[in-house]
Amino acid sequence: MARVPAILIGGYLGAGKTTLVNHLLRHAAGRRIAVLVNDFGEVSIDADLILGAEGGVLSLGGGCVCCSFGSDLVGTLAEVLRRQPAPDLVLIETSGVGIPSAVARAASLVPDLRLEATVVVADAPNVRARAADRYVGDTVQQQLEDADLLLLNKTDRVEATTLAALQAWWAADHPRTPLWPTVRAQVPVEAVLGLGEKLQGEADSPPDAGAFSPQARPFAPAAEVFEFGSLWLNGRVDVQALTAEWSTRAATLVRAKGIVEDLQGGLVSVQWAGRQAHIEPWTAPIDPSKVGRVAWIGLRGSSA
Amino acid sequence: MNNQLPMTTTIYVARRILTMNPSQPDATHVAVRDGRILGVGPLEDLAGWGPYELDERFADKVLMPGLVEGHSHLMAGTFWRFTYCGYFDVKCLQGRNVAGSPSLEAVVAALSVRAAGMADATTPLVGWGFDPIYFGARRCNRHDLDRVGSIRPVGVMHASGHILNVNTAALGQAGLLRTGITHPGIPLGADGLPTGELKGPDAMGPALAVVGLNRSFLGSDEFGIRAFGQLAVRAGVTTATDLAATLGDGEVDDLVRVTNEATYPLRIVPLLRLIGMTPADAVQRVLALRLRSTEQLRLGRIKVVADGSIQGFSARLRWPGYYNGAPNGLWYTPPETVAQAYRLALTQGVQIHTHTNGDEATEMVLDQLETVLRTQPGPDHRFILQHCQLADAAQFRRMKALGMGVNLFANHHFYWGDQHRDITVGPERAERMNACRSALDTGVPFAIHSDAPITPLGPLFTAWCAVSRLTASGRVLGANQRIGVMEALRAITLGAAWTLKLDGEIGSIECGKRADFCVLEDDPTELGAERLKDVGVWGTVQGGRVFQA
Repeated sequence: MARVPAILIGGYLGAGKTTLVNHLLRHAAGRRIAVLVNDFGEVSIDADLILGAEGGVLSLGGGCVCCSFGSDLVGTLAEVLRRQPAPDLVLIETSGVGIPSAVARAASLVPDLRLEATVVVADAPNVRARAADRYVGDTVQQQLEDADLLLLNKTDRVEATTLAALQAWWAADHPRTPLWPTVRAQVPVEAVLGLGEKLQGEADSPPDAGAFSPQARPFAPAAEVFEFGSLWLNGRVDVQALTAEWSTRAATLVRAKGIVEDLQGGLVSVQWAGRQAHIEPWTAPIDPSKVGRVAWIGLRGSSA
Repeated sequence: MNNQLPMTTTIYVARRILTMNPSQPDATHVAVRDGRILGVGPLEDLAGWGPYELDERFADKVLMPGLVEGHSHLMAGTFWRFTYCGYFDVKCLQGRNVAGSPSLEAVVAALSVRAAGMADATTPLVGWGFDPIYFGARRCNRHDLDRVGSIRPVGVMHASGHILNVNTAALGQAGLLRTGITHPGIPLGADGLPTGELKGPDAMGPALAVVGLNRSFLGSDEFGIRAFGQLAVRAGVTTATDLAATLGDGEVDDLVRVTNEATYPLRIVPLLRLIGMTPADAVQRVLALRLRSTEQLRLGRIKVVADGSIQGFSARLRWPGYYNGAPNGLWYTPPETVAQAYRLALTQGVQIHTHTNGDEATEMVLDQLETVLRTQPGPDHRFILQHCQLADAAQFRRMKALGMGVNLFANHHFYWGDQHRDITVGPERAERMNACRSALDTGVPFAIHSDAPITPLGPLFTAWCAVSRLTASGRVLGANQRIGVMEALRAITLGAAWTLKLDGEIGSIECGKRADFCVLEDDPTELGAERLKDVGVWGTVQGGRVFQA
């Protein structure tokens, strides 16, 4: 069985992890997502998304489910992956004092799961204070350290100068991790869930513009925050050079994905996630016209 | 009250009655009616209550108030389904001595004996109470346990509850028998496969399920409830807690039913663990549960866990941190949630017990309560710090100022004191761990506990630990924290009762209280400090009913 991708969502209490999860579920675009939460006490899935509950598992629209894992993440993950049909993607939301890298180590014990990235949500008005808190400071710092992508949420509640200062602080302390400012955790789902995993071999579709629904009032118009696009790399591709180039743009590049022909003529899948590139041989069938297409999403300034 | 009792007065005569009532500390006769103490005093005074039957079976015994265990878990009973693998001798449910295993060989032998008696070759086999720190550097691995069985899954739970050793079959069924595992809790052998030692909940999880030790089983097992009752009688305990219960409706039904039986010898006080629900939900839940309380089952309290354990390096310590340089531990509950739980509980008159092991965790909890009390009154709230192993004198003063009580892990000092001195906190702080003297001197009401099954249920042994401050290696660790025999006896009776807000009903032998006694072969004050752990327990009287161990 192909390994199911997993995304870790971390961050302290009140940062907006639940808001993000609800947002992702609303814009799942056909992905069957299994959401695992540390405990139902900290997370509330929006009532209108819940179809029913049975045996500790919430059924959500679109074939999505939510369950709590308590102290048995590994067992719960294994159970979730045995569901028929299996989920397309697993979201693991850690507790407010959870350490994402520790949760990642536990998830690594599930062989059919492939952890793609850790997204950490932080609270713009409070993150600096929290990172310096006498009790939870080291916990928050570790969460930030573990982030492959930082969603700096509630940016509508800080002054522009404060936001600029936060971005400068982040760039200095975590130069290779993109900081994505958000309001109400509204971010294109591709940035968190990855670029169109749903259909094997098929080209990715552009990010769901519906992610910015009219009801949302983003701090800045979407176009000022992120960019997305695709490019065609025809013929044989120097994959090492490509991924090295991505690495230089680590501060703004959030996701990239494509299937290309490498210098030896074999097909490989190349991805950018989790602050690094992943290259794997591609053995599944693929429409030849899709080979060479690479899609990406990132912060403004990502474009080549 | 219990409908099975005849409405007559029984007067027990004893060699000595140690009442724990300062108004009448000593007596020879106690009158019991309808499960309660009608009176204590000389026979001629008690005769004034009317006709009675004189019961002389305890004439050569010593009576004390029934002992109160303020921190234990019902799963201590469940574990007796399995094979004991500990280092020290213990008494089984029937009171027979079960020899400890002084070596890994002996553990394998004990498990093999059990395996030989099992008809089905595929049934899992579980051992418990294992503590390899006494075996030197040689760690137990899966090949050792393969000698017990190669087909059936074999799992041996460590005494701490943090580590599980399994055999190859169990690893295989748990999906862990493969190379390429990179998890700090799963050490690998030279062959690149796990050794079979699984450390921490994530590593243990899948294997626990394979051997049948999942949480739901441990939480509500009728055999376990009854076995715990037997352990209690043997230990002289008449009221005990279940400190981290899930308390689903079915579980509560079972508890009500079993504890209400005429021959069930124990009052159980379960606490609802705040996990998997919001503080508001927890408070609502315990208020609803409180309405289901009975004489023998007292519901309505909450347990919060702030951090992990010191020997597991998951406790939160203040500077200078762990002695061996290990990084600071884990928060299990964030400060905001603790504060929210405290505030809601105080408004509803719900008592909260909070587990804190490291001194940073203790400080955090003190801060939250102090903040909440500034705007939310809580007269006689009796919020209790459980374990509180590393609190310093200033923290005890804060507990006093905030009206808190503390239940100190005196047993832990015996079993793991040497490890704390040498590895986790260093000599100086080890001397101040589980600081009963500090509690007494500062005036913080306190109890002492076993946290069974982490250490065996037995408050007289716990009292001995607090009095002697001896570790397993025979060293006195923290002589200045020793307390006296009477102070320790008070801690395992009235002290513990106070932490449960039951000091008006139990904990001393005086008119109006429950007829709960522990019946001793020896007078603890005569046996003295060194032999406190050797006091023989004949059995108990609980709610006026007699139970011989």
